Amino acid sequence: MININILKPTSANFQNYLYIGSGLILISIFDVFLRSFFNINFSNSLPGILNFFLPLIIGLVGLQMIRLEYSGNRIVDKINQSVNNNIFNAGLTLLIIFLTLLIIPPASNWMIFEATISGDTKEACAVTEGACWTYIKVWFRRFMYGMYPNDFHWRINTAFIALIGFAFVGYFMRGKLKNYITFYYAIFYPIIAFIIINFLISGGSFGLEWVETNAWGGLSLTFIVSFFGLIFCFPLGMILALGRRSELPIIKYISIGYIEFWRGVPLITVLFMSSVMFPMFLPSDAFVDKLIRVIAAIILFEAAYVAEVIRGGLQALPRGQYDAAKSLGMGYWRMQIFVILPQALKLVIPGIANTFLALVKDTPLIFVVGLSEVVGMLQMAKTNPKWLGFAMEGYIFASILFWAICYAMSKYSQYLELKYKTER
Amino acid sequence: MNHRIKNIIPQLLTLLFVVAVIGFFTINAQLNMDERGIDFGYGFLSQESSFDVQFSLIEYDGSHSYAKAYLVGLLNTILVSVLGIIFCTIIGVIVGIARLSPNYLIRNTAAWYVEFFRNVPLLLQIFFWYYAALRALPLPENTEPLFGVTYLTVKGYYIPRFIWENFDILVYSILAAIISIVFIRNYARKLQEEKGQQTPVLLISVGLLLIFPAITFVTGMVQLEVALPVLKQLSKTSFIYAEGLSIPPELLALVLALSLYTATFVAECVRAGVQGVSKGQKEAAASIGLTPNQILKLVIMPQALRIIIPPTTNQYLNLTKNSSLAAAIAYPDLVLVFAGTALMQTGRAIEIVSITMLTYLTLSLAISLLMNWYNKKIAIKEK
Repeated sequence: MININILKPTSANFQNYLYIGSGLILISIFDVFLRSFFNINFSNSLPGILNFFLPLIIGLVGLQMIRLEYSGNRIVDKINQSVNNNIFNAGLTLLIIFLTLLIIPPASNWMIFEATISGDTKEACAVTEGACWTYIKVWFRRFMYGMYPNDFHWRINTAFIALIGFAFVGYFMRGKLKNYITFYYAIFYPIIAFIIINFLISGGSFGLEWVETNAWGGLSLTFIVSFFGLIFCFPLGMILALGRRSELPIIKYISIGYIEFWRGVPLITVLFMSSVMFPMFLPSDAFVDKLIRVIAAIILFEAAYVAEVIRGGLQALPRGQYDAAKSLGMGYWRMQIFVILPQALKLVIPGIANTFLALVKDTPLIFVVGLSEVVGMLQMAKTNPKWLGFAMEGYIFASILFWAICYAMSKYSQYLELKYKTER
Repeated sequence: MNHRIKNIIPQLLTLLFVVAVIGFFTINAQLNMDERGIDFGYGFLSQESSFDVQFSLIEYDGSHSYAKAYLVGLLNTILVSVLGIIFCTIIGVIVGIARLSPNYLIRNTAAWYVEFFRNVPLLLQIFFWYYAALRALPLPENTEPLFGVTYLTVKGYYIPRFIWENFDILVYSILAAIISIVFIRNYARKLQEEKGQQTPVLLISVGLLLIFPAITFVTGMVQLEVALPVLKQLSKTSFIYAEGLSIPPELLALVLALSLYTATFVAECVRAGVQGVSKGQKEAAASIGLTPNQILKLVIMPQALRIIIPPTTNQYLNLTKNSSLAAAIAYPDLVLVFAGTALMQTGRAIEIVSITMLTYLTLSLAISLLMNWYNKKIAIKEK
C-alpha cells in the first residue's frame, strides 16, 4: 500500500500532482489515438503485454494522481466525482475512452469515408472497401413499398397522408364536437382508415387498378399492420381486462382462459395457425385474404398483452374510487367509462406504449406467411444474384429505421405520461 | 330476482357466443376434413418421419418416428432457451448495475446499449448476427485459435469435447456433496441460533464439492479425456474441425441475439429493483454496524430480488417464446422441425399446430409456476 500512497495527492502538493497526473492521462489518450488513427506505436520496443497495456497503466497512474476529495478546483472535483471515484471506476473509464477511440476510425471509414453512394449497379461499389449505400439507394423503393407497382406508389403516399390528416381531426374539434372525440377515434376512424386503405391501396374500383396484397410490402406494410393492430387490439384488450376483473364467474374465467392462452404461445405459431390451420376452420367456399388473417391474428395476440397491462392499472386504483362511483348511483358501465378507466389508463401509459412497441417490433414475423415488410424485403434483396454480399448495409439501414420509429414512439409515450400525470 | 337475471344474462350471452364460435369452427373443420378425406387423429406420430435434422441432442435420423422428431425439436428449443436465459441474466445484471454506476461514462454506455438493442426487432438482430456478422468469420482452414484450443469459424464454433468414462458416478458424487452441504448448512444454522457459534459454511461447501468428485477421479472410477478439434479435409476445398464439439452458427447467432435483446429488459428490471429499495434501509443497516458487503447481501439484495424476480420471469418466458424465431435461420427448433417440416410432409395442420402451441403453453405455465413458487417463498412474511 505504501507504493500507492506515494501516488496519492494531499492538498499541499496537489498542484504539482495535478500537472503531472493530467499530463500522464493526456499522454495515455494520445498514445491510443496515435495507435488507432495513424497506426504509430511509440512503445514498440517494450515487451508485448507491457506494450499493449501501457496506455492503461499510464492513464491509471494519472487518474490516481489527481484523485483528491475537495481539491478546490471545480473541474477536477467534477471529474473525480463522476468518472474517477475509485481505481475500479477509473479503469473502466479509461477502457471506455480507449475502446471508443479504437472503434471510431474503422467504423467511420467503413460507414462514411470509404463508402459509395453513387451509381446504380454493384460495380460502382467494387472500387472501395467501404459500405455500399448504392445498394440501399437502388432498393430504397422496394424497402419502402415492397413489390407494389412503381407507378402506383403515389396511392400509398396519398393514403398515408390522408390517414395522418384524419388522425389530426381530433385536435380541431372544439365546443360541442369535443364530446364525440372518443367516439370518433374508437369507431369512425378505424372505418375511415379501412375505407381509405381498401380503395386507395388495394384499389379495384374508381378506375384504380387492383393490387393484390401479396405485392404489398416494405415499410408501408409495417405501418399498415401495426396501425390496424394498434387501433383494434386496444378496445379488445380493454374489454378483456374488464372481463377478467368482473364478478360474473363465466365471463371472468373465459377472459382468464383467453388471456393466458394467447400469452402462453409465441406469435410465430399464432401466425402459422392463421395461415395453415385457420382456412380449415372456415366454410370451404369462404376466402379471407392472407393479410387480413395475419392482422386478425396479431390483434387477437396483442389484445391479451394489452389486457394484462390495463388490468394492472385497474388493480392499482384504490377501492374508494369504485365505492365513490357506486355511491353516486352509477351503474357498471357508467362507473367504468367515466371514473375507473380514465384513471386506470392514465396509470398504464408506459405499459401500453411498451406493448405497442412490441407490436411494431413483431411485424417482421409476418414473413412466416410469405408477406415481406422491411426485413422480409431485405432478405429478398440480399439473395438477389445481382446484389449479393451487402447484407450488412441492409441490416444497418433497417436497424436504424426501426430504432428511429421505436425510439420516437417511446419518447412520445414519455411525453404523454408527463402530460397526463396528476398528483394524487 | 331482478338482480340475478341481470347477472345471468350477460354471462349466458358470452357463453353462447363462445360456444357458437367454437361450434362454427369445429363443424367447418369436420366438413373440410371429410371433403379432403383426412381423418383427425394423432396416430401419425408413430409413423416413420423420413427426414433428417441437422443438429440434434439425441440420436435421430429419418428412420425414427415423428414423435422422436418432435422430441428433437423440443430439446433444441430448450437448449436455446436455457443458454439464452443464462447469458441474458449475466449481461442483464451487469448492465443493470452499470446503469446505476456513479461513473458517468459507464452509466451512459449502458443506457445507450439498452436503448439501442431493445428498439430493434429481434428478428432483425438474429438475421444480423447470422447473415452479416457470423458470415464475416474466416473459413476453418484460415482460422486462428481462440483461447488456444477453440476455433471460431464461419462453419461454427469448434470447442474441445470432454469424453467421460462412468460419467454417472461423477454425477452421483456431486449429488452426494450437495446433499451433505444441505445438512451441514442446516446444522450450522442451528448452532448459530442456539449457541451463537459461527461455522465457515462456504469454505466447507466448496471443499466438499471439490473433494467428492476428486475422490472418484483418484480412485480411477471416473476418467476424463479431452478431444481437441483437429482440422480435417473433407474434399479439395472443404475443411472442418473434427473430433471436438461443434456449435452450429445458427445456435450461436440465436443465443447471441436472444441474450443481447432480452438482457436489455432484464437490465431494466434489475435497475428498477435496486432503485426500489429505499435509501433508509441502507442507512439503517449501516447504522447498526453492518459492513458494505453485509448490507448488500443481507439488506439490499433480499429486498431488491422481490421486486426483480416477477418481471424477470416474464422476460424469461418471452425469451423462451422468442426462441421460436429460430425457424427463420433454419435452426432446427420445435417450430422448424415439427410445425415446419413435419407439417409439410403430413399435412396435418390442426394436430401439429395444436401440439406445438400446447407445448409452448406448457413450457410457459411451467416456468411461471416455478417462479411463482419461488416468489412466494421469498415474499415478505408479515407477522
